[in-house]
Amino acid sequence: MKEIRIHARAGQGAITTAALLGFSYFNEGKYSYAFPNFGAARMGAPMNAYVRVDNLPVRLRSQIYEPNYVLIMDPTLLRGFNCFSGLKEDGIAIINGKEGLELPKVKAKQKVYIVPATEIALRTIGRPIVNTIIIGAFAAASGELQLDNLVEVIKKRFSGKAQEGNIAAIKEGFNFIKEKAKK
Amino acid sequence: MKEFVEGSHAIAEIIRLCRPGVVSAYPITPQTHIVEDLAQMVSDGSLSSQFVNVESEHSAASVVLGASATGVRAYTATSSQGLFYMAEVVFNIAGMRLPVVMTCANRAISAPINIWNDQQDSISLRDAGWIQIYAEDNQEAVDFHLIAYRLAEDKRVMLPVMVCMDGFILTHGMETLDMPEQEKIDKFLPAYKPLYKLDTAHPITMGILADPDYYMEARYAIQATMKESVEYLSQISKEFNSVFGRDYKDLLVEEYKIEGADKVIVAMGSVCGTIKEEVDAQRAKGKKVGLLRIISFRPFPYARVYEALKDVAKVAVLDKSVSLGAYAPIAVEVKSAFCGKKKAPQVISSFVAGLGGRDITLESVQEVFRRLGAKEVNADFIDLKPELLKEEYGE
Repeated sequence: MKEIRIHARAGQGAITTAALLGFSYFNEGKYSYAFPNFGAARMGAPMNAYVRVDNLPVRLRSQIYEPNYVLIMDPTLLRGFNCFSGLKEDGIAIINGKEGLELPKVKAKQKVYIVPATEIALRTIGRPIVNTIIIGAFAAASGELQLDNLVEVIKKRFSGKAQEGNIAAIKEGFNFIKEKAKK
Repeated sequence: MKEFVEGSHAIAEIIRLCRPGVVSAYPITPQTHIVEDLAQMVSDGSLSSQFVNVESEHSAASVVLGASATGVRAYTATSSQGLFYMAEVVFNIAGMRLPVVMTCANRAISAPINIWNDQQDSISLRDAGWIQIYAEDNQEAVDFHLIAYRLAEDKRVMLPVMVCMDGFILTHGMETLDMPEQEKIDKFLPAYKPLYKLDTAHPITMGILADPDYYMEARYAIQATMKESVEYLSQISKEFNSVFGRDYKDLLVEEYKIEGADKVIVAMGSVCGTIKEEVDAQRAKGKKVGLLRIISFRPFPYARVYEALKDVAKVAVLDKSVSLGAYAPIAVEVKSAFCGKKKAPQVISSFVAGLGGRDITLESVQEVFRRLGAKEVNADFIDLKPELLKEEYGE
């Protein structure tokens, strides 16, 4: 079983991210349970969404406390919360942020990737909606999901200009990590 | 066909496939997505129902009561305060023997105001005369709505059915499920043919005054039907299996690794998935533990509960609601299943967890097993925060 915890502010699309991830796993023949956890019901409030993935139907209904992966949609969340809480010894974190972002100390085998997702989103989608970039980066960093499959999922979910923009976005997110690995 | 969908969306879809004539509901978290989707379906023409917008849940319930009385299949959904606002009509729907189906997206009750999940809302209306079934996952939530209409409209039953699904955990949870096909649904659930209906050509009166000469018999009749419905639930679920290729033993209880168990948790709804995970983990370590899942809370399947638990040494009943000042609601039923019987567990302890959305984790379930000892406890709260319980009386 693999567990993903998404940190975002309400309105930043954490639920869409969880839904897209869950659907991508479904397309690859896995079972997943994607679910939100709301705090205060207002825009901008910190909130989580989760994805739990397995080869069998997921029965566990609790929130996720020891994730394999954390996806952080907004770097300002690092200030008030320990977004790395419970992250597995060999866990991976993907953070939307600029290079030089101040990070907490992580464990030896944990990996942290900072992706300039807002910048990529403005260029590809035209709005600072970072979901698909982070999903692309997650797929490349974790090896969990295939890029072709992600593109298929985007095609099903979005149409017209949004589809075009999000396909470019997911590819850029994916390639950003791949390029980084080459260096 | 297998799909990856949100619970609420799946419910709206199965309701569409049930071809209701009238849908009326007032939006309330966490039921909202169901009603939004149904309104959209009516608007775009994929569902040819009358969607009646109302100003409150009391009116929503009144509309489906009226619609059902005219011989039309009717649907509503609500949660929490919404269900309570419906309450007097909810009792009327049952008293008038109208086969309405309602989804209760289970949510906590005010005050303090809380939008998150527990089961206090539907549990509090347990005496209304509605059949109540509780889903563990979204596949069940979908299937149970089909079974609900079939059962409600059965001439031997003619009672409303409430399908209860945990708010957020299921309503907002996305998972893989198999959506039944229209052709099979039409076979399993033919068009509703009422025994009686409001019809100006053949006038009758429904829901009239019953004086002391008549009232008790009307109540007795519901009680008698409820008792018989235990058997009908069983029959209909078997027929459902044969049409849709599912594997429901019945819709009364599910026995999970009870054989040879010396400790068993009894629970209801989505938390049973978490308990199954813990049961498997403990079984792997050689511990003899199991789960008895209550599916039908009304009618309550006393005989099945007795048979399942009579040889178990220790039973923990885990409630996600309370009856303040008394034993917890499911615990009351489980204990009474053993009153005056020859065999019974040595201990039936009652635990309360998950109120107002407090997360029930694997550790919470472990704690229940730990506290299930030789000394019986009643309405013992799990995962309380002692720092919030300091008494302060001010000056």
